[in-house]
Amino acid sequence: MTTGLSNTWFAERLGDHGIHSQYLEDHHPAHMPCLEIRRLDWAHAAEEAKRLEMRLVGVWAAQAGYHDDQKQLYTYMAFAHPEHRHVVLRTTVNIEKLEIPSISSHYISACRMERHIQDMFGITIQNIPDTRLWLKHEHWPEDATPLMHDFDGKISLSSDPNRADIDYDYVPCDSESVYEIPVGPVHAGIIEPGHFRFLAVGEKILNMEERLGYVHKGIEKSMQGRHVDDGLKLAGRVSGDSTVGHSWAFAQACEYAANISIPKRASYIRGILCERERIANHIGDIGAICNDAAFAFMHVQCSRLREDMARLHAQAFGHRLLMDTLKIGGVAYDLSTETCQQLIQQTRHIAAEVERLRDIYADTPSIQQRVIGAGTVNVNDAKDIGLLGYVGRASGHYPDERIEEAYAPYDDLDIPMPQGKLGGVSTRVWVRFEEIANASRMIIQLLETLPEGDIQSEWKAPQAGVSGFTAIESWRGEIAAWVRFGKDGLIDRYFVRDPSTINWLGLELAVRTVPVPDFPLVNKSFNCSYAGNDL
Amino acid sequence: MLRILHQIMKVGTITEPLARNQDFEVLGEQLKSTVKKRFQGSLAIRLVDAGSCNGCELEIHAANNAYYDIERFGVHFTASPRFADMLLVTGPVSINMKTALEMTYDAMPAPKLVVAMGDCAINCGIFGQDNYAIAGSVSDIIPVDTIIHGCPPSPTALIQGILSTLNQPEG
Repeated sequence: MTTGLSNTWFAERLGDHGIHSQYLEDHHPAHMPCLEIRRLDWAHAAEEAKRLEMRLVGVWAAQAGYHDDQKQLYTYMAFAHPEHRHVVLRTTVNIEKLEIPSISSHYISACRMERHIQDMFGITIQNIPDTRLWLKHEHWPEDATPLMHDFDGKISLSSDPNRADIDYDYVPCDSESVYEIPVGPVHAGIIEPGHFRFLAVGEKILNMEERLGYVHKGIEKSMQGRHVDDGLKLAGRVSGDSTVGHSWAFAQACEYAANISIPKRASYIRGILCERERIANHIGDIGAICNDAAFAFMHVQCSRLREDMARLHAQAFGHRLLMDTLKIGGVAYDLSTETCQQLIQQTRHIAAEVERLRDIYADTPSIQQRVIGAGTVNVNDAKDIGLLGYVGRASGHYPDERIEEAYAPYDDLDIPMPQGKLGGVSTRVWVRFEEIANASRMIIQLLETLPEGDIQSEWKAPQAGVSGFTAIESWRGEIAAWVRFGKDGLIDRYFVRDPSTINWLGLELAVRTVPVPDFPLVNKSFNCSYAGNDL
Repeated sequence: MLRILHQIMKVGTITEPLARNQDFEVLGEQLKSTVKKRFQGSLAIRLVDAGSCNGCELEIHAANNAYYDIERFGVHFTASPRFADMLLVTGPVSINMKTALEMTYDAMPAPKLVVAMGDCAINCGIFGQDNYAIAGSVSDIIPVDTIIHGCPPSPTALIQGILSTLNQPEG
């Protein structure tokens, strides 16, 4: 919901603790403001946010925009409060001494994002609890800092031969009864690449460590200098299964920056697309989870339903996975009355089929025995990490931007929140079943009350230096995006945080003391994106 | 159990004959007989995601669903490159996946058929060749036999692509 009034809540709270902040005029929207603070207040401000029970949304850096000294470096962090919404904080980094204090002692989920900043900018994060490289793998030339202005991002990096044999420093264990299992990056199934390092005792996992970054494609750098239409195509491929979510986040950040609102009809169609994406992915995942516990019947049934959806998507929106269905300022496809009817009919049919399958799933002891109590994350840990989407909802942490931020069309809808607490595979599956039912109701309501009118607003690029921030509830959870414009309306900097960046941390906790053969089951119930994390 | 049987009976067999494509007309039977002739009825494919967005993987999964049921033609996906006849590669090859891709290719026995699936695998797609994090398209890294266009290619295009690889002259 866009309001003209600026949100001063956090600035006042910071002021109470002697942290001076300055509201930045070139950032939009006003209800999710960007505040400039002093560098020495950086960690203190994070501590205050934590005390106010705000959730960390993201930490990132950017070289200055076009109205500043371009060499200048800034770091940003964003927090969210269920009632007082999002706020972005910014501070300047001393370019003579590239250092910024770590906030990981207040927010554990900040650590990987801070490592990302270290890798991409060469900024030293002081007191960071984990100093290892993250997306920048060991074989990269040491001085490569891709997101700095003077780094030539057009030339493929060649490995440094002197660094080719350096291994990532995994958490060691020298006990004789503990053995290590390296898995990946190429996995056994048809999935994305990543490395898991297990320390196991007998059948049980003592510790599992993730090593990601294998599908790092330089998306942030590649976005620089793109026109918004071209940028939207790229944003839609950050993570192929959440193409609507990422396109929406990118488009909305651009629209906020340019201060344009989209027609109501377009927002309804975006809602329909996003909820259809939610249902399709949940159905696919429920089938895959059951398949990992050898309940192949569910897998066959679910993939059938998913295919039915993909076929109607191809017919109604021109793409089986809904790629390129959004436009900046609107949507690419309008819906005829006939298509609306088809969508309503199929959504009803699928929801009914899923309910029937849900009964069978609940009544089958062999699958229930595997999923109940497997791979749990408790409520405290979930809140501490700030787990998002269905993973959070299964563990007593309930952020939902459709409710909190209530952007159109969700301001017209009633959105129930499935409140799980037990945090295991069965709870995550339960949340997904609930979300399928809820999303079906929403889609039908949106289709039945679809407003007349245009599906596209005119795009007018903002001035150089202007930025926009947004948070969209994709099927995996909140996607946060921040876009700053440069000269001629081209993109100058794009930061995006897929929910997986945070939820991957939950998986590491969930698989402790779980038998090794249960790992695929637990992993699938999270189904974090590798591409969305690696960018 | 009764409900499971009821559901199975109700849905029935939904597997379809392979759809015809305008400029590439094939039937599943053709694929099956080629697999039978050249691979004794069983073609094992190893997939490597060398940097894809996961869109291609979704369509590979779809090729295994009951509508397309690629296994009925004797084609299946394997967990190891050691007994794979074909390597299916998706995505532009990221600099962080280049070594893993080369190692997988080296681990395969002959004939080492390679299919580059999707626009990214063919020409780096939207991510671009002029990108510090991308080592190149698949053919820049390992020899490629066939390409399958699409972003992502549909399951039908995938199956047709596999067939056209098998129909290429041996050698």
